[in-house]
Amino acid sequence: MKWLGLILALLASLLAAIVLGPASVPAGELLHSPIFWELRLPRALLGVLVGGSLGVAGASLQSLVRNPLADPFLLGLSGGAGLGAVSAIALHLGGAWTLPLAAFAGALLALGLVFRLGLVAGSVLDPRVLLLGGVAVGAFCGAVTTAIVTLAEASELRNAFLWLWGGLSGASWQTVTLMAVYVPVPLVVLLAAARPLDLLTLGEEPARHLGADVLATRRRVYLAASLLTAAAVAVTGVIGFVGLIVPHLGRALFGGRHRVLLPASFLAGGILLVLADTLARTAVAPRELPVGIVTALVGVPLFVLLLRRWTAD
Amino acid sequence: MDRGLILDVKDVSFRYAGAARDALAGVSLAVSSGEFVALLGPNGSGKTTLVRVALGLHAPWTGSAAVLGRPAGEWPRQALARIVGVVPQREDNLFPQRVRETVRLGRYPHLGAWTAERAEDRAAVERALERCDVVALADRWLWALSGGEYQRVRIARALAQEPQLLVLDEPTASLDLRHEMELFELVRGLVDGQGLAAVLVTHDVNLAARFADRLVLLADGVVRAAGSPADVLRRDVAEAVFGWPLTISSVDDRPQITPLRRHT
Repeated sequence: MKWLGLILALLASLLAAIVLGPASVPAGELLHSPIFWELRLPRALLGVLVGGSLGVAGASLQSLVRNPLADPFLLGLSGGAGLGAVSAIALHLGGAWTLPLAAFAGALLALGLVFRLGLVAGSVLDPRVLLLGGVAVGAFCGAVTTAIVTLAEASELRNAFLWLWGGLSGASWQTVTLMAVYVPVPLVVLLAAARPLDLLTLGEEPARHLGADVLATRRRVYLAASLLTAAAVAVTGVIGFVGLIVPHLGRALFGGRHRVLLPASFLAGGILLVLADTLARTAVAPRELPVGIVTALVGVPLFVLLLRRWTAD
Repeated sequence: MDRGLILDVKDVSFRYAGAARDALAGVSLAVSSGEFVALLGPNGSGKTTLVRVALGLHAPWTGSAAVLGRPAGEWPRQALARIVGVVPQREDNLFPQRVRETVRLGRYPHLGAWTAERAEDRAAVERALERCDVVALADRWLWALSGGEYQRVRIARALAQEPQLLVLDEPTASLDLRHEMELFELVRGLVDGQGLAAVLVTHDVNLAARFADRLVLLADGVVRAAGSPADVLRRDVAEAVFGWPLTISSVDDRPQITPLRRHT
């Protein structure tokens, strides 16, 4: 029943995203309209893929670093991606493909650096050190990014600013196809680690006594979740709160078992982002809000509500 | 190898990185099925370290630790978890969990990454809940349990692994008298009824002497005495190990120690 509800909610949010928009298209002509085929449909599908990726990455990372406040960007990826993107803009390389590529490269650089910092004694990935490394790398990248933005020209500044707050306006069939091919790989890796992730929530030693290969699980989960996040941030910029809120919603509705939680987080992340993007496109039409602002405006009250529920229990 | 021998630790030494002295020095411990062994000793005597080395979490510097004849460190963790069920000293649940959910984790050693839970897995969970008398708590949240209930639930999770050896690290710390007795009786019953082997780390010397078949008394990483309770709990040895004057009496033909007051 819950699954059916989630799938229906996804379809409803997709429908809303396709029907609603600044340009009014009569319902009868929707299927023949380029606005539908070239703009709204790919944008909605990209929203599902990116929102879903962020939801799954957040759920996995919260269990990996054993911190319910972890989100996909906590480990420095947003900083790396932002630095990559802003560097590209500053170098006048902000094309349709070079910008996401530069962001992806920046995210991968941060990912590698944080992973290396998180390795203790050569091969042991320590989540606490990982967390500190992520914060350090993120802060450093953020400082360099701000320095570049400060020195940039006004028009570049606005571009960089918009990118940093995230948005789905770059959606096209190419980006949808690219993500649809890329995303399943880390998703499968994370799903395969679902049971060890359940065990990791008990702590390292209990997990090992229950049969988890803790070190291999940590490496796989960190890399897969980070690769998901890197792709998401490359095509849409930094969209906050989806990866933080969605796993908690998923746990409240479906319980903590990752075999159920991860797929549920994918669907819920997709729904949340598609709805937030629809709001971002229509609220101040014909202008558009960065979707990251909408997810924050929706996400923060939602999170406060969840917090109150916890503390009430 | 004698029949039923499950855990075989021989002459093991171990030192934590950066530590000044050995945590274990020449320790041996053999446990067979149907046997209840209690590990005793003051804080820092090496009890938990011995468990970790025996179960392959630390590699011994010298000597060997084997489970069913295979070196503990060579076992894949998942396969080892089908032989040995452990109730560790500490764990903390990151997210709220219900009793049945946590006991279901005990079936993971028997499940592949993509296999769904089978009827036999659900049956094993219910059996484990029954044996530990926690069926009535199955839908409660873990944090809503009393200390004694919580320990029984964790034992149920270890039993759901359907192990041949059960290892419990200080399960009765912070339990009141009744819950402590219930826990010792539960472990004794599992050993007698199911032919399980049990290793129990505890500070309760007297209950260990009443319930266990054998005691192993550790001090400073060395076995100071091992064998039947009557052999191990001799006054001179116990006084030296615990560093306190004692007197020895007897209940049910088992030795019991009572610490004496220094100033009366």
